[in-house]
Amino acid sequence: MGEISLKLNGELETRDVADNTLLVDFIREHVGLTGTHVGCDTSQCGACVIHLDGVSVKACTILAKQAVGADITTIEGLADGDELHPMQEAFHENHGLQCGFCTPGMVMSAVEMVNKNKDISEDEIREGLEGNICRCTGYHNIVQSVKAGAAKMGGKN
Amino acid sequence: MNEVTKIDGIGSSVRRTEDKKFLTGKGKYTDDINRPGQVQAYFLRSDVAHAKIKKIDVKDAQSAPGVVGVFTGDDIAADKVGGPICGWVVPCRDGSATKEPPHPLLAQGKVRFVGDAIAVVLAETAEQAKSGAELIEVDYEELSPVVDFENAGEGAQIHDEVPNNCYFDWELGDEKATADALSSAKKIVKLRVRNNRLVPNAMEPRCALAEFDNLDDSYTLHTTSQNPHLTRLVLAAFMFAIPESKLRVIAPDVGGGFGSKIYVYIEEAVCVWASKKVGRPVKWTADRTQAFLTDCHGRDHVNDVQLGLDENNKIVGLRVDTVCNLGAYLSAFSVVVPTYLHGTLLSGQYDIPAIYTNVKGMATNTVNVDAYRGAGRPEATYLLERTMETAAREVGMDPAEFRRINFIPKGAFPYQTQVALQYDIGDYEPHLDKAMEMIDYSNFEKRRAEAAKRGMYRGIGISSYIEACGLAPSAVVGALGGRVGQWESASVRVNPTGTISVFTGSHSHGQGHATTFAQIVADKLGIPMENVEVVHGDTDKTPFGMGSYGSRSLASGGSAISKAVDKIINKSKKIAAHLLEASEDDIDFKDGKFVVGGTDKEKAFGEIALAAYVPHNYPLETLEPGLEENAFYDPTNFVYPSGTHIAEVEVDPATGVVQVVDWAACDDFGNLVNPMIVEGQVHGGIAQGIGQALLEDAHYDENGQLLTASYMDYCMPRADDLPSFKVGYTTTPSTVNDLGVKGCGEAGAIASPPALINAVIDALSPLGVTDMSMPATPQKVWKAIQDSQSVAAE
Amino acid sequence: MYSTKYVKPNSTTEALEAIKSLGDGKFLAGGMTLIPTLKQRLASPDGLVDLSGCKLDSIAEEGETLKIGAMARHVSVAESAVVKKVIPALAKLADGIGDRQVRNRGTIGGSVANNDPSACYPSAVLALKATIHTNNRSIAADDFFTGMFETALEDDEIIESISFSKPTKANYVKFPNPASRYAMVGVFVAQFGDEVRVAVTGAGEGGVFRHQEMESVLSSNFSADSLSSVNIDSDGLISDLHASAEYRANLIKEMTKRAVV
Repeated sequence: MGEISLKLNGELETRDVADNTLLVDFIREHVGLTGTHVGCDTSQCGACVIHLDGVSVKACTILAKQAVGADITTIEGLADGDELHPMQEAFHENHGLQCGFCTPGMVMSAVEMVNKNKDISEDEIREGLEGNICRCTGYHNIVQSVKAGAAKMGGKN
Repeated sequence: MNEVTKIDGIGSSVRRTEDKKFLTGKGKYTDDINRPGQVQAYFLRSDVAHAKIKKIDVKDAQSAPGVVGVFTGDDIAADKVGGPICGWVVPCRDGSATKEPPHPLLAQGKVRFVGDAIAVVLAETAEQAKSGAELIEVDYEELSPVVDFENAGEGAQIHDEVPNNCYFDWELGDEKATADALSSAKKIVKLRVRNNRLVPNAMEPRCALAEFDNLDDSYTLHTTSQNPHLTRLVLAAFMFAIPESKLRVIAPDVGGGFGSKIYVYIEEAVCVWASKKVGRPVKWTADRTQAFLTDCHGRDHVNDVQLGLDENNKIVGLRVDTVCNLGAYLSAFSVVVPTYLHGTLLSGQYDIPAIYTNVKGMATNTVNVDAYRGAGRPEATYLLERTMETAAREVGMDPAEFRRINFIPKGAFPYQTQVALQYDIGDYEPHLDKAMEMIDYSNFEKRRAEAAKRGMYRGIGISSYIEACGLAPSAVVGALGGRVGQWESASVRVNPTGTISVFTGSHSHGQGHATTFAQIVADKLGIPMENVEVVHGDTDKTPFGMGSYGSRSLASGGSAISKAVDKIINKSKKIAAHLLEASEDDIDFKDGKFVVGGTDKEKAFGEIALAAYVPHNYPLETLEPGLEENAFYDPTNFVYPSGTHIAEVEVDPATGVVQVVDWAACDDFGNLVNPMIVEGQVHGGIAQGIGQALLEDAHYDENGQLLTASYMDYCMPRADDLPSFKVGYTTTPSTVNDLGVKGCGEAGAIASPPALINAVIDALSPLGVTDMSMPATPQKVWKAIQDSQSVAAE
Repeated sequence: MYSTKYVKPNSTTEALEAIKSLGDGKFLAGGMTLIPTLKQRLASPDGLVDLSGCKLDSIAEEGETLKIGAMARHVSVAESAVVKKVIPALAKLADGIGDRQVRNRGTIGGSVANNDPSACYPSAVLALKATIHTNNRSIAADDFFTGMFETALEDDEIIESISFSKPTKANYVKFPNPASRYAMVGVFVAQFGDEVRVAVTGAGEGGVFRHQEMESVLSSNFSADSLSSVNIDSDGLISDLHASAEYRANLIKEMTKRAVV
């Protein structure tokens, strides 16, 4: 056990955790933000994707203690108050979600992908989503959403 | 179809009202819910496929850190708790009934598949429960596992009640007429196809949270269910023998189902039972490995097909002999899926004068097999559309033309098939034509030649499917062995301010009911959609319901809502007539206003709502105050969506990789309420079908170990495996319901596998390849190419 | 996950002390393999020594070699201007490992130390005549990989960096396992003047290996066509659910052809 502190969606969160606590459990169970989901045991589904110091990572494959002092954004921290992030808006407008379970991870991956490459192509989007599995949408509308989100975020494609 | 007078009415692609919570992380799935004092459950599962349990020693587990309780099958038996039931049985050819062995909540004396639950450990944390379970010692006497379902009859008997491991041996159609037709046929096309076993893989793993309230002896269960009312019925009536009023089942946001969350599983029942036993809320969350091992799998058929043609290449008869794998226990709909949801679809879109089918359902030491998106209909479509394409190739006809000459003609509806169903309406050539146009069928050979220059083999494949959905008239279902009603219910409550609360028995786990159902109500009442709230998934809030599966929500649930709204309008007219001092017959309802015909006297819907709850000027002698109506809708027939999908692929002969390069889907779903949502359903269905045809395969080894028990080995479709899809529609409104709607949830998964495999075979046909099994993995395709080359060399 | 201790030292010296004091401890690099293994309770170390504080992530050109710190993450290698300039094939390899989240966390040292038979990096290490620098010695690539999940590393030895020889030309082509996306076959071809090295990952029962016959054929004629006459023996190749040894043999040849451009 031991106390750890990290920044979560702009708030400093300090909790006493066991050394083997996964970051995703810290977020869901200790802090109570349940938008980050767990859909597999092998780090492949991507339902748990968050941003750690600006890069997308799978919170199920990191110990909470590895994130001491980090600046973390989860799906709950993406919107600006009531105003959705352009990528969230794009998923809504393009019907990029159905059951919603993979959605938080999908959106967090998409945001990082576009942050790195605003003029992203359809093929690059499909490759970039390799670590996120969706069973509902067939990805068609997710790809459209990311494209539209990229345009809203200043991309030219 | 209603005229689109409002931007959010029936027929418009309204953006979903449920999106915002999911996009901001505020969805509430079962695992997001916790209760003070809850304990975590972990199930010790069998790691052998078939064994007698000689002894279970739980002593060390009971005293492990954090462990609150350890229970086995003996504890369940002592409390006389029943197990899951089979919801639909069929008669056998020899007149006997389906064999229904018991399915205990926790193993009693025997385990029958890897994953069969032996004991439950309750502890303060999930890790402690798991550690406790590791201390349980199970002494097995291993028995020979039965894995190969085609030869299961010769294997060790799995249940005392099921001789030869055959749950049922069922038939449909006229065997003699079919034999006569085939013997007189000019040509018989024979094909043996396998429908590979799939794991549904909803992204949210199953989860249950049960609590017992000792003040009034009642239970509350939060669970990942597609139909909370059926869960309540089965748990209350068949397992615990308690009144339904003592059990509240809530299925909050549910992360996909695809069939796998229809059934009551043993885990949620054990949680309910244990919550009283230990007097604390009990929570269980599956990890993905447990999902692979214990969620009901889908498909797993082998079909032998014989199709007879006359001299004009018209079909004269069809015989299909099927053996299917139902796994270790009979799940709720496992019997109906390969029988009445499969055999009845064998006529497809074709005019076939004689059909006979026989289906044997086998027990094996694998997890239960039950409905997965399409449920029986993909299997029927696959065997039929593979056979149609094979037949066209063998007689040298274009596969589109061969289908065309065999389609049921437009003028022949209602059409009575030889396998029980009567199609009310359809028109098949237009969707074939449109799909061909969408994919530019006429120029395909140019594209094939261009690909050949790049060293690639390009192919095109068609699938023209039909499905029966909207499950369906209760009387018919009952006559065929179903044990439940198949209506749907709705309650529409007009609040005093004119807003509407709609309570539906359908359940949304991704389908967007909150939007689609609100559109229907808003459209019919002429009010803004944001004034309509849709409530579902809580047995204490909504009237009895049957849930969502079989593409039934709009056709059945939507129709029930529509009926309830009609009742609201009728009552409102009476109120309006009174307020406007006119005759009820003179009141017209249009655009949200009740108008006295030919005058400018009118009352808005909101005024009527207020009058109903503030009845100061109201016909109280003849009319009750309030404005709330219930409706139960029991359809008179199935609805019959149909369509044509065409796939185009390129095969890399060096690696065997199949790339899907184009896809055209043209479907007839009748009237569309929200085309955007419908299109999303089509996309998702196609992706699952492509998954089946190219990537997915649940594989047990000869010892009954599931080798594909994680995403490391079970290949889920990813974004870069799939193309974008072209989706189009033709429309013949269903005559069965007032909305003229059919169903769209399963169509993509039904249509797509044969289109894809037909395209792969077409691509490789220059090499002499005539068959390909699913999934067409790179290795398999490469091997087929190698084998064809070595044949050519001989 | 079983309970375990977590420590994060600030240098390799401290890390070595930590691992000694833990008994059965494990070094934690990116954790992309280790943490899933722990989650599934397939290992139960007494403690984890996180190397991310040990300042082992520099990337630099050093004479005739490119030196990459063991804790350099895949994304850093993929995006590094130096790597792209000196050995672009290595950047390409790193850019194709796992998914973007794996690349954001996974490290070269972790991958090489684990020697997963289907990992990408070992093929580059072998083909590019790399030297593995640990806290107490330097090991040549040809001596480093000793079998599936086996290396020459001692229990208390830490990889600090890896030096890759600069090739005249190099390329990596991977055929991913459709499910896991790990290499089902990955081939790294490197040309050093007249010498050609071909390393194959994902396919060998003993882990990554060099293919001498293709090396000698390519050394005399560096062209895809020259490989047509080569027979890839399927003996010793992995055969599993996804690919038979024969199919893997075919892929080895095909991926090598595609790497020779």
